[in-house]
Amino acid sequence: MRENRWYREICRPMHVVHRALFFIKQGESMNDLTQLQERAIEEAKAAQSSRALYEIKMKYLGRTGEVTALLKRMKEIPAEERPAYGKQVNALRVALEELFASCEEAVKEKELAFRISQEKVDVTMPGKRVRKQKGTLHPVTRVKNQLIDIFAGMGFEIFEGPEIESEYYNFTALNTPADHPARDMQDTFYVTDEFLLRTQTSAGQIRLMEKKQPPIKMLSPGRVFRSDDDATHSPMFHQMEGLVVDKNITLCDLQGMLDEFARVMFSETSKTRLRPSYFPFTEPSVEVDVSCAACGGKGCSLCKGTGWIEVLGAGMVNRRVLENCGVDPDEYSGFAFGMGVERIAMLKYGMNNIKLLTENDTRFLEQFKD
Amino acid sequence: MVVPFSWLKEYVDVDVTAEELQEKLFSCGFEVEELTYLGKDVTGVVTGLITKTEKHPDADRLTVCTVDCGGFGIKQICTAATNVFVGATVPCALDGATVLHEGGIQKIKNGKLRGVLSEGMMCSGEELGINDDFYDGAEVNGILILEKGTPAGEDIKKVVGIDDYLFDIAITANRPDCQSVLGIAREVAAVLKQPLKMPATNYTQVPTDVKVEVEVREGELCPRYVGHYVSDVKIGTSPRWLRRRLALCGLRSVSDIVDITNYVLLETGQPMHAFDYNFLGGSKIIVRRAEEGEKIVTLDEKEFTLTPDNLLICDANKGVALAGIMGGLNSEIKADTASVFFEAAKFARDNVRKTSRALGQRSDSSARFEKGVDAYTCSFAMDRALHLVEELGCGTVTSYRADVCANDGTAKQIKTTFSAVNALLGISVPQEEAVAILQRLYFGVEQNGDELLVTVPLYREDVDGYPDLAEEIIRMYGYDHITPTFLQNATVTRGGLTTEQKQELKLKNTLKEEGYMEALNYSFYSPKDFDLLRLPSDAPERRAVRILNPIGEDLSVMRTILAPSMIANVVRNVRRGNTEGALFELANVYLAEQLPLTELPSERKHVVIATWGDGDFFALKGAVEAIAEAFDLRLTFEQGEKSFLHPGITATVKMGEKEVGWIGELHPLIAQELALEKKVYLCELDYDAMKKKFAKDITYRHLPKFPAVVRDLAVTVKKEVTCGQMESCILGGVKAAKKAELFDVYTNDAQLGADKKSMAFRITFEADDKPLTPETVDKFFHKILSNLQNKLGAELR
Repeated sequence: MRENRWYREICRPMHVVHRALFFIKQGESMNDLTQLQERAIEEAKAAQSSRALYEIKMKYLGRTGEVTALLKRMKEIPAEERPAYGKQVNALRVALEELFASCEEAVKEKELAFRISQEKVDVTMPGKRVRKQKGTLHPVTRVKNQLIDIFAGMGFEIFEGPEIESEYYNFTALNTPADHPARDMQDTFYVTDEFLLRTQTSAGQIRLMEKKQPPIKMLSPGRVFRSDDDATHSPMFHQMEGLVVDKNITLCDLQGMLDEFARVMFSETSKTRLRPSYFPFTEPSVEVDVSCAACGGKGCSLCKGTGWIEVLGAGMVNRRVLENCGVDPDEYSGFAFGMGVERIAMLKYGMNNIKLLTENDTRFLEQFKD
Repeated sequence: MVVPFSWLKEYVDVDVTAEELQEKLFSCGFEVEELTYLGKDVTGVVTGLITKTEKHPDADRLTVCTVDCGGFGIKQICTAATNVFVGATVPCALDGATVLHEGGIQKIKNGKLRGVLSEGMMCSGEELGINDDFYDGAEVNGILILEKGTPAGEDIKKVVGIDDYLFDIAITANRPDCQSVLGIAREVAAVLKQPLKMPATNYTQVPTDVKVEVEVREGELCPRYVGHYVSDVKIGTSPRWLRRRLALCGLRSVSDIVDITNYVLLETGQPMHAFDYNFLGGSKIIVRRAEEGEKIVTLDEKEFTLTPDNLLICDANKGVALAGIMGGLNSEIKADTASVFFEAAKFARDNVRKTSRALGQRSDSSARFEKGVDAYTCSFAMDRALHLVEELGCGTVTSYRADVCANDGTAKQIKTTFSAVNALLGISVPQEEAVAILQRLYFGVEQNGDELLVTVPLYREDVDGYPDLAEEIIRMYGYDHITPTFLQNATVTRGGLTTEQKQELKLKNTLKEEGYMEALNYSFYSPKDFDLLRLPSDAPERRAVRILNPIGEDLSVMRTILAPSMIANVVRNVRRGNTEGALFELANVYLAEQLPLTELPSERKHVVIATWGDGDFFALKGAVEAIAEAFDLRLTFEQGEKSFLHPGITATVKMGEKEVGWIGELHPLIAQELALEKKVYLCELDYDAMKKKFAKDITYRHLPKFPAVVRDLAVTVKKEVTCGQMESCILGGVKAAKKAELFDVYTNDAQLGADKKSMAFRITFEADDKPLTPETVDKFFHKILSNLQNKLGAELR
């Protein structure tokens, strides 16, 4: 099909060229010129390499090429025929250029296929250790490790649950029944009617408490998913959920522990502030602000002038949640807290767009050398 | 939830500023997301009485007015407006004033208009940011003419009612009772320790013969339905105070009856509806599920086709309202409506939510119901609406009330102790303080020593145990009373990472040491990614878990293979000019036993590694070897095949007989498709499969008794003979040969022949039983050589 097209493209202008050539008293016959066409097409199509094809192209279209020569003869054409002649030869040139371009593509494809068929390595040969410089751990991993360090030192075990969860573990057991408006607080990705991408690592609380009786100190890090996508929200991010269940655990203990966390994570002078909030699985529930490390609490652009930065949610474990896990709420009490690892990383490293964390631009990642 | 300051003040004597109130609300659990001063953009505008008007000498369309601005003096102001007249009181923006103009702020200065001095500007309602609901005449085309008798020289903000604040308050999901001005007022009264002034709910009833029989067929979806018949309705316009309050909350005035329902919704949080009684066929209300395919046209003239999942309010013949969402057009209040049937009901929150979502129809009413409306407020709101009917004089309240499940709910009682509350908080709140707080929040309190019997207000459906009381107490008492302690009573526990978690970290650190940067990708991608990999249609990777409600098709399937994310990372980097790099990611893939899922899919950790720009197959293989070394694994590499890898540069990675991954060059055709000019090498390993063989602990091996002997061996072989074949041939024939390392390979067609290559190995011999003499080693060496000759056609060089 393609060949026919080329013939048409090239042959269409030929009668005009021939008529123009009639005026050239040089003795070329129309025959000679037709041969030039056919020769060009034939040669181009026969070319086996891009190099060979290039040479053929030069032979016709190069500075001293045959078609170029036709154009140079313009002055020998009678003035009234010149525009038509010029137009037609030019059309011929364009058509030939297209021909070469298409042949070039075909040759390259052929060359690539050939190269692929020839390239082969002996995969059993030993690998090379070629490190030029150290790599880096992702900032989220770095912050996650730091958080784990802080809490592991306080006696927290690290527990990881599944990322695709059942509604039961993600909501129901966490005191969020089907008609509870709190289910709307987090836009959930469902994979079936019953299974979903977990919206919170809190699901891990239940799985651990089902296995283990208090005393419990648990930290549950991991990916969570919410149908949310803008500069500060990503449909996937990391949470770190902490849980302490033991006898006589109080709200004072929660704040004491979070103060400690803030001092290690942000600065020795960091403080926390509790204010009322709501989570279905804790009662009382609090939002926890940390004094702004950038301005020391005086108020700056980072903390929007308030001196405080919202860092995590927490509260005393709801008695129903303990009951759901077979823990006697009259004997034990506990607290839980959950924070976004990306949020802490952004605060710590001064990033303004959460998307940076999943773009994996090496210029970004290489800044996290240790 | 928007609460106007002026409206709030009707119920509570607020003795603090708006900013102070914002702080107080914040500390007791109500974050004010935005506090707006309505008059912030209008400054320096005062009232002025026009005492003289004359034509501008040089401009036909301008009028020069003399305006008496009271304490601000007599001003001469030119205007193009045609509605000014002597005796009119108008807003005057004097020199230095600011007004609203085309979405921005305009500053007013003294100036000359066509040679005549103009000391400011007279303003339209639009320039003050108000409409007719705020102040009559605000929407006229021209200057706002103020009410006759308005004194001159007054600040315009006080006159037109924009000297006011709007609190936009975030209400947590447990406090649907605060989705109203009155609900917030209750909290404000408690926090300011001021009494709450309840709005009036009294009215007189006139006997009637009319009966509207209410039949609730779905009691679960409609736990309460209160209706009341109002006769002799004369539809009119609401008074300005009411219209203004609606306007402050962003609602337009419609007519007095409709305005009352909206006003009561804002005031009490109870959605209400008014039916034109004449259009209620059979004088009946039936609350039932819609029939499949049943249709209704709502007030906004949208038609919906319903299913039995949708609750419908019907008369004897037809649907008249979409329960909890919007009334029907057929029974709409019109200018000639003569009698009205008011509805105040409680509809189940999840049913309203589902119907609202399914139909894509939302309203202020559905938003309230979704969060939860309590049964008690139904009758309270109805009484309030009827009071307003009487107050506004727009109808006669009759004696006919229908009340299905006429029950305000039973007040919950909580029996607890001060000690239980204090044990949770960790501090001792003074008893009288705790009791006072609860009482201010309308809890009934009976105290007997440490014991407490607390009666919960009917609208507080969220409170059902002592931890809730503890929260009520501490949020009012103040979280700053909490004194941090460091787990003083807790048992000491063993903490830290599990072995598995440590191993994952070790893998990451190993790759980091090899120069790779850790990447982080979403757990989902596009199904098109499988096409990019040219995976056959029956490839197991295509059996991915799909998200039912993805953000978009691009993020709709859960990863079954990590490579596509990594390829996307490389492409992005190359496009940004990062011409070389090395990345890895350790993350889960999600493999379904069966689709659709009947159980949770298995989540397996994979590690994907990539390098581009520089490096080659063997550089990437080096990274895999580094992992093998770190975990003491024996991995072997065999020529392999993958649809997305270069056919000649692909290996299968095996651990024993088990395939644990693949490594190779990204297929040049895919690279071309992605406009990647430089080669990309990729590897993906099934980490969970490998971790089974991770070295548990180090076991000491006896040192060899005799030193090892090393010999080099160089042979020529056919080019297709692999290093692996050579190695196993060398090591397989002689027990004492412990290690064979390739240290040189080269081809030279002239010297070796076109089909030959030279390979040189360093062989390490070790024997436990006897020292290795040169003769023994020679014997081994020759045995190896003859094995190589026989099996692989090798020739010694």
